[in-house]
Amino acid sequence: MTVFATRSSIPTVSMTLGQAVRSALDVMLERDENVVLYGQDIGYFGGVFRCTDGLQQKYGKQRVFDAPISESGIVGTAIGMGAYGLRPVVEIQFADYFYPAMDQIVSELSRLRYRSAGDFTAPVTIRMPTGGGIFGGQTHSQSPEAIFVHVAGLRTVMPSNPYDAKGLLIASIESEDPVIFLEPKRLYNGPFDGYHDKPLESWRNHVDAEVPEGYYSLPLDKAAVVQEGNDLTVLSYGTMVHVAKAAAELTKLDVEVIDLRTLWPLDLATILHSVNKTGRCVIVHEATRTGGYGAELTALVQEHCFYALEAPILRVTGWDTPYPHAQEWDYFPVPKRLAAAYNAVMKEL
Amino acid sequence: MALTLHVPDPPARPGQASDFSYLRLQPAGQAPKPPIDATPQALSDYAYGLIRVLDDEGVAQGEWAHDMSLEQKHRALHIMMLTRVFDARMFHAQRQKKISFYVQAMGEEAIATAQALALNDDDMCFPSYRQHSLLLTRGVPLLDLMCQLYSNACDPLQGRQLPAMYSKREKGYYSMSGNLATRFLIGVGWAMASAIKGDTKIASSWIGDGATAEGDFQTALTFAHVYRAPIILNVVNNQWAISTFQAIAGGENNTFAARGLGTGLASLRVDGNDALACYAASKWAADRARANLGPTLIEWVSYRAGPHSTSDDPSKYRPDDEWASFPLGDPIERLKQHLITLGEWSEEQHEAAQEALLKEVLTAQKSAEEIGGAGMTAAIHSETIFEDVYAVMPEHLQRQRQEFEEGL
Repeated sequence: MTVFATRSSIPTVSMTLGQAVRSALDVMLERDENVVLYGQDIGYFGGVFRCTDGLQQKYGKQRVFDAPISESGIVGTAIGMGAYGLRPVVEIQFADYFYPAMDQIVSELSRLRYRSAGDFTAPVTIRMPTGGGIFGGQTHSQSPEAIFVHVAGLRTVMPSNPYDAKGLLIASIESEDPVIFLEPKRLYNGPFDGYHDKPLESWRNHVDAEVPEGYYSLPLDKAAVVQEGNDLTVLSYGTMVHVAKAAAELTKLDVEVIDLRTLWPLDLATILHSVNKTGRCVIVHEATRTGGYGAELTALVQEHCFYALEAPILRVTGWDTPYPHAQEWDYFPVPKRLAAAYNAVMKEL
Repeated sequence: MALTLHVPDPPARPGQASDFSYLRLQPAGQAPKPPIDATPQALSDYAYGLIRVLDDEGVAQGEWAHDMSLEQKHRALHIMMLTRVFDARMFHAQRQKKISFYVQAMGEEAIATAQALALNDDDMCFPSYRQHSLLLTRGVPLLDLMCQLYSNACDPLQGRQLPAMYSKREKGYYSMSGNLATRFLIGVGWAMASAIKGDTKIASSWIGDGATAEGDFQTALTFAHVYRAPIILNVVNNQWAISTFQAIAGGENNTFAARGLGTGLASLRVDGNDALACYAASKWAADRARANLGPTLIEWVSYRAGPHSTSDDPSKYRPDDEWASFPLGDPIERLKQHLITLGEWSEEQHEAAQEALLKEVLTAQKSAEEIGGAGMTAAIHSETIFEDVYAVMPEHLQRQRQEFEEGL
């Protein structure tokens, strides 16, 4: 991808995904005095995932501060700050907790520019740790991305590695549109390929953990082909990008893995180019299946690639149940399930 | 003992005698004016009392009586009358099917008018329904508002919003919307931003008695208190939320101002039909906010004299003569009476002003109708529906616009 072309020329340091998020926030607080950060536990303490560690000490309480436990309050006040001219970056402690803010997100944030014909805008970024794999049970594991994708006027972004996390978060903060920035919490401290019984991996020595210390941004409408292949296309994002690659190793197939990075607006061209090449498509996400984002992707692929398709499009997703606790690895789409789908789409009709 | 569920009722339904004995009143001039740095705790009586200036004879009484200048009183009367004439014409225009919907402010004109006079023009207001006097006080031309109501080619909102859901950033009027309580909280964020930037501007949020039951109302009070936001939090208690009596929103044996006390806010309950009290209390709260002393919650006691909107028929749920017996009267009549008592106004002048305003409104209406309207001619360019969803139109909307154009 062209956006990666200049990476080697810039000095980098190894960062975890959480550190990359913190670095993006640090860079933007430094660059733009209108950037403010707030959320539950993010001030003095630095956030439950440490993504704002030390930022209050560095930028002061007027710009980095703690918020009451009220998601609608956090988002609602951020809209007002955005309307004033600030660029608030707020944290919802877990994506599972955003529901009280839904009215503010749907009825106000997403539509402000439209309904006022550009008279008011609110360039708010809402960060939310998302997804499972941390034994968080039903209230710390959900993947609600489809809800945001369904709302006209929002951008929904989900990185899968530290380099993308920083570049995409900086682009989100600079965006004139409201952005839902979903951070796969299982990836904060290391990549995860879906094998929960293996030793924890670290981001150290991972190519995508080499992150420039300063400013850079990535486009908010470009997917990344993270693994090229000719047999089938796998569409994925967040934690599942790593699982999708691991699953390919269980097969003898030449799998092309696409990391969508920005769920909406979507880089449809990269997807269509790939599926037209391979003729086969598997969509993978942690979220529940019915009405999930995979359904939209399926519709788009069949609308645009129907005559190139050699097999039905398959989805590998979380089951249509609440996210269970002790049975996490029965719910989570593990490599074996993905590999079965890869093999299934290869069957001759 | 078997339990029973208490479901509050209004004191009177259609066919019954109006009864406002539930309203806690206090004589004009009785409430002293506290210093702006008084603690919320020291002000607790104000959440249950009623700040009033004008007595039944139209004479200004007590410590809150001296804030408003004669010029401001004349200006307030003018805007309140203009609001009512404008509303009557636009309500009628809806009945003539020229516009799709309308909400009028009849009976509540004093509150937003007086507050607009007490605020600086660059203080930001986050309105609910019935605060368009803010726009009129700040000099927005009638034609501008009517073009929005008519959704015509000059509608600044390009036909995207229901009539009366104005947006006017340059006049400190946040984009109105039909969902409730959200903007009450957004105003707190704007006020926080003003404080973060070391600005001098304050905010003013608005909500009705009915929507105080929404979580965002209480959340707004909490955030305003926590961050000592420079804001006036206005609750217009007009007794009715469509057909829902204020007791169903929590007003039975309690005041809405009292909701602020438990959150630690300075909380006042004020006669909303008394322009002098409205101005004085707004000014007190604005001075307090501007002095970094934090937010004030004000419950304005008033009465929604008209239907909720053009889609509502109050004869189905409340006595027809309720407004006539409302103990706080008609705000325009009371201010007019006050100015007459001062020897600064007369019935003849009032009538002449009324006629001049009607002419002004009719002239603007004629101009608006010449431009067109949704009910008359389709004047909006249809393809604009795809614009402003994002700052730059993304590919999927470009495709949908093309799909739409091909289907034409």
